[in-house]
Amino acid sequence: MASLDVLVLGIGNILLKDEGVGVRAVEALEGRYHLPDGVEIVDGGTAGFELLGYIRDREHLIVVDAIAHDQKPGTVIRVEGEDVRTTFSQRISPHQLGISDVLAASLVTGEPPRNLVLFGIEPKDLDTGLELSEEVSANFDKLIHCIVEELTSLGCKLSLRSN
Amino acid sequence: MRSVENALGLEVPLNAQYIRNMIMGAHLIHDHIVHFYHLSALDWVDVVSALKADAKATAKLGQSLSPWHRNSYTEIKSAQERVQTLVNSGQLGVYGSGYWGHPAMKLSPEVNLLAVAHYLQALDYQREINKVVAILGSKTPHIQNLAVGGVANPINPDSQSTLSIEKLLHIKKLIDDVGDFVKQVYLVDVAAVGAFYADWTQYGAGVTNYLSVPDMPMDTKGTVFDLPGGYIPNGDLSKFQPIKSFNDEFFEKNVKESVKHSWYEGEWDRHPYEEETVPNYTKFEDNGKYSYVKAPTFKGEPAQVGPLANVLCMYLSGHKPTIKYANQTLETVSKLAGAKVGLDALHSTIGRHACRAIRCAAIQDHLKDQWQMLMDNIGRGDYHTFNEPVFPKGEQQGFGFHEAPRGTLSHWVVIEDGKIKNYQAVVPGTWNSCPRNGKDAPGPYEAALVGTPVADPERPLEILRTVHSFDPCLACAIHLVDSKKNIISKVKVM
Repeated sequence: MASLDVLVLGIGNILLKDEGVGVRAVEALEGRYHLPDGVEIVDGGTAGFELLGYIRDREHLIVVDAIAHDQKPGTVIRVEGEDVRTTFSQRISPHQLGISDVLAASLVTGEPPRNLVLFGIEPKDLDTGLELSEEVSANFDKLIHCIVEELTSLGCKLSLRSN
Repeated sequence: MRSVENALGLEVPLNAQYIRNMIMGAHLIHDHIVHFYHLSALDWVDVVSALKADAKATAKLGQSLSPWHRNSYTEIKSAQERVQTLVNSGQLGVYGSGYWGHPAMKLSPEVNLLAVAHYLQALDYQREINKVVAILGSKTPHIQNLAVGGVANPINPDSQSTLSIEKLLHIKKLIDDVGDFVKQVYLVDVAAVGAFYADWTQYGAGVTNYLSVPDMPMDTKGTVFDLPGGYIPNGDLSKFQPIKSFNDEFFEKNVKESVKHSWYEGEWDRHPYEEETVPNYTKFEDNGKYSYVKAPTFKGEPAQVGPLANVLCMYLSGHKPTIKYANQTLETVSKLAGAKVGLDALHSTIGRHACRAIRCAAIQDHLKDQWQMLMDNIGRGDYHTFNEPVFPKGEQQGFGFHEAPRGTLSHWVVIEDGKIKNYQAVVPGTWNSCPRNGKDAPGPYEAALVGTPVADPERPLEILRTVHSFDPCLACAIHLVDSKKNIISKVKVM
């Protein structure tokens, strides 16, 4: 029986409104669901190389972040494999520079995550503040739903928490 | 901590000294490994040339230079393949602004590959030794275990949740494993780079007034140190004057900072107890103010701090491990270069790198000793780690110093009725990177760059070599981001 090895990594800066949606997403995921063994959730914030320890040698890495891709604000996108690295190199903030480098560094150490998926949501407002914009908030549940679908497709059994 | 302890005349328990010393030692080893391999090696080592190397010949070369157990053909080949994968991906990431192919790169492909393989191994060893800092400090960076009067680590050999014997034994293993890397790889690689770039012993001397402070206190009062320090004026080793204690007036009275060329209010030159820090940005004025860094002086002159200053002072103090590793390194360099290279070659860019490695090896010996002393003290039944500070009414002044990885660090506090009235930090980066001082004399970076040949002004690798040799620590969080490139990536709209 294959055991799960999944990391859901939410990154971004919660002090810059929509920039922090990745962190908000993993917080919500953890708050809403019981997760099985083998599924780890990490709030990566704006960390850079410290994340190397978490991502190296993973079977499945799911990253969640605000991604500017010329779509309507609130649009949820899914990016896979090599396209994840190129997407991050169109960085909108210094923290994405960090992730891009960390993924490259994992190649250098010879232990890149084997399956890489990115869920992004197009931001509207990157100003200072703790709240998400209306457009991003309106599509927040959709973002969570996409992550849950992805986890389910990998064989993860999630159950809703009672509260 | 030390500045306040000094102001209060507060003693520090022996266990706390040993724990602080171990954190200091482990942190230094981590820093020096990272600095040479990950922050400056690629100034001298051509990563792309390494891809053309013969891995078998490289392994043979490595084995001829050192007994290191990871210089096998398999290790070297695997390192070469990993770098090839990275280069093939087109995403150079952290190597994006390297200088491969630059005319000033002089190493053979095999030496380049050997260095690159060690660069990758160094990633592991720096992480391991940093764990010592994290275990003792409860996390790193920004350790949490220091307190005025000692440390917050509870010692209880019978408890799993304190600094237990198990944790101490684990620390010992980390120290030993990394020690082999330091002595069999780092020290050897630096000697090799020094030999093959022997002409760089002529560049980068700059300011040859050298300042370093003693550290690793062995008593509760800071009068006995494992590591000596002092001052050498003008590169004249015969005029070395030691700094002897945490109360030494020779140090306390001779430090000043000038803001004449710095973006602060005023043009003054003051002792830290009397300084203030009121920013005044004026834009770059060639002969006026042009830096946020203040200009420190020792006895009225600029001084270079860092491993070079430290190694010279320790050597002149008769410090045995320093003498051993310095002589050993100079011998290796001389042998590989086919010419005698002596102590005076150390006043240079390459000399700074060599001294950093020498110091790293010497500190590693002391780290082992400090561990043993802590174990022995605990074995005697002493679990004491903290003396509670008492703040009297009135005013007290105090200074604290530490020979940090980049050089002499000093903090200066004025306390009034238990509250901070003034606090100034004169940090090693300031000593070295400062603008001209009140007498318009240049600081170490500026002075060291004079006379450096630059083969291609568009790619000033040689300038970087000298500046990097100081281990600069200045606003490293500045990111320069390219405007949007036209990279196509495939995304699926959900």
